[in-house]
Amino acid sequence: MKEQLEQIKKSALDALESAATPAALDELRVRLLGKKGELTAVLKQMGKLSPEERPVMGQLANSVRASIEQKLEERKAQIDSAVLEAKLAAEAIDVTIPGQEVCLGHQHPMNQVLQQIKDIFVGLGYQVVDGPEVELASYNFTRLNIEEGHPSRDRSDTFYFTDDDSVLLRTQTSPMQIRYMENHKPPLCMLAPGRVFRKDEADATHSPMFHQIEGLVVDEHITMGDLKGALITMMRKIYGVDSVTRFRPHHFPFTEPSCEMDMQCHKCHGTGQIDGQVCSTCHGEGWIELLGAGMVHPDVLRNCGIDPDKYSGFAFGMGLERTAMGRLKINDLRLIFDNDVRFLNQF
Amino acid sequence: MKLNRKWLNEDYVDLRHVSDKEYVETMTVFGQKVETYERMDAEIRGVVVGRVDSMVRHPNSDHMWICQMDVGQEALVQIVTGAQNVHPGDLVPVALHNSWLPGGVHITKGKLRGERSNGMLCSFQELGLTQNDLPGVFADGIWILNDEDCQIGQDINLVIGNDDTVVDFEITNNRPDCYSIIGLARESAAAFGMEMKHHEPLVKGSDAGQIFDYLDVEVPAEALCKRYSSRMVANVKIAPSPKWLRQRLRANGVRPINNIVDITNYVMLEYGQPMHAFDYRYVSSGKIVVREALEGETLTTLDGNMRSLKAGMLVIADDNKPIGLAGIMGGENSEILDDTTMVVFESANFDGTSIRQTALALGMRTEASGKFEKNLDPMMTIPAVQRACELVELLGCGDVLDGTIDVINYVPQTKELPLECDKINRLLGTDISREDMVRYLRLLEIPVEGDTIHVPSFRPDLNLTADIAEEIGRSYGYNEIPITEFKTSTQGGYTTEMQLETKAGSLCRSLGYSEIITYSFVSPAIFDQIRLPQDSPLRDALRIQNPLGESTSIMRTTALPSMLEILGRNNAYHNKAVKLYELAKIYLPAEGQVLPQEPKILVLGTYGTNENFFTLKGEIEALFAGLRLKKPRCTAVKDNRSYHPGRCASLSIDGEEVGVFGQIHPLTAKNYGMDMDIYCAELDFTKLMNYRLPDATYTPLSKYPTVSRDLALVCPEAVTAAQAEDVIAAAAGKLLRSVKLFDIYRGPGVAEGRKSMAFSLELRADDRTLTDADSEGVVNRILTAVKERLDADLR
Repeated sequence: MKEQLEQIKKSALDALESAATPAALDELRVRLLGKKGELTAVLKQMGKLSPEERPVMGQLANSVRASIEQKLEERKAQIDSAVLEAKLAAEAIDVTIPGQEVCLGHQHPMNQVLQQIKDIFVGLGYQVVDGPEVELASYNFTRLNIEEGHPSRDRSDTFYFTDDDSVLLRTQTSPMQIRYMENHKPPLCMLAPGRVFRKDEADATHSPMFHQIEGLVVDEHITMGDLKGALITMMRKIYGVDSVTRFRPHHFPFTEPSCEMDMQCHKCHGTGQIDGQVCSTCHGEGWIELLGAGMVHPDVLRNCGIDPDKYSGFAFGMGLERTAMGRLKINDLRLIFDNDVRFLNQF
Repeated sequence: MKLNRKWLNEDYVDLRHVSDKEYVETMTVFGQKVETYERMDAEIRGVVVGRVDSMVRHPNSDHMWICQMDVGQEALVQIVTGAQNVHPGDLVPVALHNSWLPGGVHITKGKLRGERSNGMLCSFQELGLTQNDLPGVFADGIWILNDEDCQIGQDINLVIGNDDTVVDFEITNNRPDCYSIIGLARESAAAFGMEMKHHEPLVKGSDAGQIFDYLDVEVPAEALCKRYSSRMVANVKIAPSPKWLRQRLRANGVRPINNIVDITNYVMLEYGQPMHAFDYRYVSSGKIVVREALEGETLTTLDGNMRSLKAGMLVIADDNKPIGLAGIMGGENSEILDDTTMVVFESANFDGTSIRQTALALGMRTEASGKFEKNLDPMMTIPAVQRACELVELLGCGDVLDGTIDVINYVPQTKELPLECDKINRLLGTDISREDMVRYLRLLEIPVEGDTIHVPSFRPDLNLTADIAEEIGRSYGYNEIPITEFKTSTQGGYTTEMQLETKAGSLCRSLGYSEIITYSFVSPAIFDQIRLPQDSPLRDALRIQNPLGESTSIMRTTALPSMLEILGRNNAYHNKAVKLYELAKIYLPAEGQVLPQEPKILVLGTYGTNENFFTLKGEIEALFAGLRLKKPRCTAVKDNRSYHPGRCASLSIDGEEVGVFGQIHPLTAKNYGMDMDIYCAELDFTKLMNYRLPDATYTPLSKYPTVSRDLALVCPEAVTAAQAEDVIAAAAGKLLRSVKLFDIYRGPGVAEGRKSMAFSLELRADDRTLTDADSEGVVNRILTAVKERLDADLR
């Protein structure tokens, strides 16, 4: 019997070693360890043994069983792992094949720049507002100190709806200054972006419709130094901390003192020349005009029921197209309104 | 406004020590922005005065000469010329080897018929000059310089007067005084902290008589002519002006004509006061009348064009006809001619708006009208006419008659402002001393006496302390004002509408749509292009009275055409699959209101192989869900002529229509040059805002399982999915959590004229696990209801 057991163990271990599939392994488990298996058959003969031999044989039989079981587990683990590896190998793919395309839309580049500017000003405490584009001449001109007969009121410059020139397409976002001050008392801090319209034929630098961003701050003790601070902060956020700006006196009927802000040309760094040639970005000036601004004219404050002896404020207006074109290096304004997806998808 | 620096340096403020770059930058930050500046000698390089030492016939040519030129160098230079007006000893302009002429012409040495030529002898035309610049000089050949004041070897630019810089200023329209050499000289002096030289014109007079014996001036158009000043010159000898005067005109881009005309132009440049000279012969009855034109009157202006005048246009007339268009251009009938012997100088102040409108109406904006329209200083007419007469005497071109006719139709006002130093510093955010302020103002020739500022007549723009603050601020330097940050108690942010717009934009983009921006004004033809019925109220659009063109003449009342136009354009660009959106304002005239309503429409537009009605519908549903709007109801629309009659739906919430979408009608698409399926949606964004759901709060997740049941209902073709869903939902009661159509089948097993719609139901109770009996009960109620109301059976 001992020999029998040794024999079973040896042949079982050999058989297990050569088994290659999970099915072969299962078959062996039944043949070796099952109720009708070889080991069970041998154990059934235990009754014939003497009481002295019985525990010895029993112990041997158990160790044979344990060896077989252990081997069985080992082989199972090995075969499962080999099967999984084979499966994974078979499932390998060319990971360089392009992914399934997901079409994401693009925000219009000009609105991307506008969004950035709006966010900057909201962070500085400005309320963003919207207003009518078909506007009264009194808001667009008269209450902004632009008198009857002023050239900007000409029909060659402004689009009108009525014979008496009282209703028009706003030529600037500045009427929003009046509208906002009518409905809000200082302190106030407003940003009004929007469409404006002037009678210019469309070309690389003109469009009969374009966008402006108007800003207005009114409070006690607002100074021109505050105006400079606010505008320089914005410019640094848009164009980078090392952008260089300058202020020049200018004239607007609804601000006094008035100014324009220039940025040093980022292309030629203010020299006006690149490799001996006139810089094409600033046309040799070394500076790029960015916006107009000034201290709100006392008459304008008064027109809105705000006491200019108590309050002062500043206002600014900038062209969005020019800013966006500068930022995004777009060289033709018509691209903005052409809406070719090959253009839109670049941003 | 152009300024030549030499004139400024010689007569008013000597800034020779300041480089062009420094001058331009200083003036710009002082408030006189320089547009461009240019050295006048930049174009001509390497051209010198040379003397013909000797000349011989060219051996191989019967018309060319070989000249040995003395150009001030050690050796003579050999130059071949074809000109026939050159003689030994003549002084001529010599373009040496490697020299440049105007227009980028490069002169290099070479051989002419075998003979070496080390340059070129020049005509004055080749040096950029005209006969007007050089009256009396032989035009058809080399420019002979024998009578010019020049030396051998001298740069020709010095002979021409090109040793100058022309600076072009952008003058703001509140500063009419700066449209003059004197005005810019004043600004230049102040910018550099220097005193400006002044010149008071002095007229010696003659014994040729009195103006009053010859001329009578009447100004019936009082309101349009504040002042009319006039002097006369007798015994006029028309001749070219002297070189210095011609050169100054040329540097300012003015063509010299003759001494009298040149004087008027010179004074206009110097004083900014437009002047005119009439030939007295043609002033009928010696009477000048400043009046409004009569309707239908005509005048041939100096440029040779006959002008039909309209009532109200201001003219200068004699006793029977217009002889000049006031402030714009003189008449041909009173022009200064070579034989003119008696001249009337006009130095007047006309109303700016009137002049501008007349110039605009006649399409003839001139140098003079451009100045008048800025509203000039009426105090300037006398100094200007005095200066003109002084120049007449200086040039010796006539005898100035005694006396001045000066018609004044206004009361000169003196203007005084208090010097409020504290207020100025508070506005600027500076700490400038009173002493400095007074100094700045004095440099600008604005006198201060005690605390009173006497505003000079040439500064009509100074009316308030804020105006004075600007003068102080720019003198101090805008860039020197300390940068400060104000503290504000305001809260920044966006309106709810804007927040929703931002959200809608990002949802559209996540659905694959790209944003477009289109014009607010459109063509009236769009209504027919989108096949809008003739009686549609949308055809009642605001019309621009003075549009750029028909195609941009009305304010859009619908945003669909703009989208279709852009889709069509992209199709023309061969862009294959396109998805676009726009948040577009439309402009709807409002009854009883002056201004229209301007609601915003969210327009979607798409074409491409993967697009169909239901992809668009799914996207719209996602958009509504993403914006947290109430679920819209979809109803078939058959009569919107822009859309496919069988593939168009309206969206409504709580009974209010909020949008329409579907496939564009093939005939509409064709109107935009497209023959494929186009899908569009127009959502009234302004209305949608009213249907936002309240902000979400947490609903506990159910502890009980959901039971799913599928029902395939065979019903008549006419029954819609929405009808079936409504009946199911109503019959099922509150255990029904969702009902979803997942299949439609027609064919074997389903009778002709009927279809099978398969719905998936989810049932759940919140307080217990549903039993089979519960769900059977629901299903039975549904089946009874659909049988009764829709004639539908379980398949």
